[in-house]
Amino acid sequence: MREQASSVKRQTLNVKRKTSNVKRQTSNVQYPISNIHSPISNFALEVQRRSGENVFRCYYCQKCTVGCPTAYAMDYQPAQVLKMIQLGMREPLLKSSAPWLCVGCETCGTRCPNEIRLAPVMDTLKYMALEAGYAPPETTVYALHRAFLDSIKFFGRVHETTMLAEYVLRSKDIFSIVRSNIDVGVTLLLKRKIPILPERVKALGQVKELFGRLGNW
Amino acid sequence: MKYSYYPGCTASTTAVEYGLSSEAVCKALGIELIELEDWNCCGATSGHALSHELATALPGRNVAIAQAAGLDIAIPCPACYQRSLAADKRFQEDETWRAEMEELLGFEYTGQARPRNLLEIIGCDLDLKDVAAKVKKPLKGLKPVSYYGCVLVRPPELTGWDDPEHPVIMDRLLEVMGAEPVSWSYIVDCCGASLTLNRSDVVITLVNKLVQAAEDAGADSIVSACGMCQINLDTRQKGHRMPIFYFTELLGLALDLPGTDGWFRRHAIDPRPLLRSLRLA
Repeated sequence: MREQASSVKRQTLNVKRKTSNVKRQTSNVQYPISNIHSPISNFALEVQRRSGENVFRCYYCQKCTVGCPTAYAMDYQPAQVLKMIQLGMREPLLKSSAPWLCVGCETCGTRCPNEIRLAPVMDTLKYMALEAGYAPPETTVYALHRAFLDSIKFFGRVHETTMLAEYVLRSKDIFSIVRSNIDVGVTLLLKRKIPILPERVKALGQVKELFGRLGNW
Repeated sequence: MKYSYYPGCTASTTAVEYGLSSEAVCKALGIELIELEDWNCCGATSGHALSHELATALPGRNVAIAQAAGLDIAIPCPACYQRSLAADKRFQEDETWRAEMEELLGFEYTGQARPRNLLEIIGCDLDLKDVAAKVKKPLKGLKPVSYYGCVLVRPPELTGWDDPEHPVIMDRLLEVMGAEPVSWSYIVDCCGASLTLNRSDVVITLVNKLVQAAEDAGADSIVSACGMCQINLDTRQKGHRMPIFYFTELLGLALDLPGTDGWFRRHAIDPRPLLRSLRLA
């Protein structure tokens, strides 16, 4: 407990330190009327435009952090993420584990007094991190998402058996994945819940078009 | 009552008993489900995690298929339901995208096929008095907690049929079945969902917190409306043997439908000893 508390403190201090750097870097940007006392970074504006969420409305009540089921496993907590976006801290956010550990449960967005939905913000940070070429810090999370979407592209529906095989191959730590999932895997096999043969969509061409033309995948 | 039906990928695999019991219960309650022709996976968490476009394009194709029939789409899985709602909203708000999808898939968006969750349909479209009249075997003595999980009633601006913090419809339905639902503080807390395979440590922590809380509240079981919640709670709890039901399974039991034993057999934690001890199975 104590260790965790002190590491949170360390992170907070870290954020503060980095903040002062960013302020210096972005001192020449324009000042919008809504937030006249602090400079607005292009990064924050981009996150706002792409997520459709007004990140500047956050006044740091931290309800999102308090209600977040996975905040304890994140490097920066949800309220910190919003503050760091406001301050234009692009690099630490695009390298952060927080967006990858967000499960999109919408608890934060439901409770936010300023009606900011953080789930689309977290998704936007993931897109921007991938576009900028940052390797996702949660390698297993990324590996599963990739395998999942590949499965849909291939069959139109998810086929657990091949999806899991691709996931295991893609992830860097095969041994620990097998160890932490083997009991569940065996149970599901015994209960005949993992199908051997895939179900295929007939108009698979349409699904591939969605991936190619719209998804750029 | 007629609905289009989107079963989702898990209805024949990891949540097969949810699929089977949903279909059986709907039939018994006079809800006709017409499966969408050639539906595809909604992309689930991975879709919106990696691609803004796939997040709505994949469920968008299912919403597109449903337009011709013009019936509301019954969706048992909360994740599929939430993704379909997001796609339907984009059809209404983003004209460029709608035109592109219409051209690509060859359909016309009419807005007549609303994505609806199965719990919403059973709890809101039916008169619960009619359901009560059909109950043949009241679930006397069963003390479950309702567990909505995260996205079934969220975000509220998309769902809007039950309270996002303190939903009540599942409790009412359980009372109609003759059970004695117990109140607790974790009804809308997340189970860790899609992190189950890639960060199982997180899911194990969250699941055990939930199961412990249900036990502390005096419940003998947890009732879910989600394939992901059910499988996480059923397979990731440690040191407990708390049965995790789908609400449709209990409804099937209360209506005395055939085949309930086959559903319960697919659970990792067999709920039949509990049901036998209450003389319900």
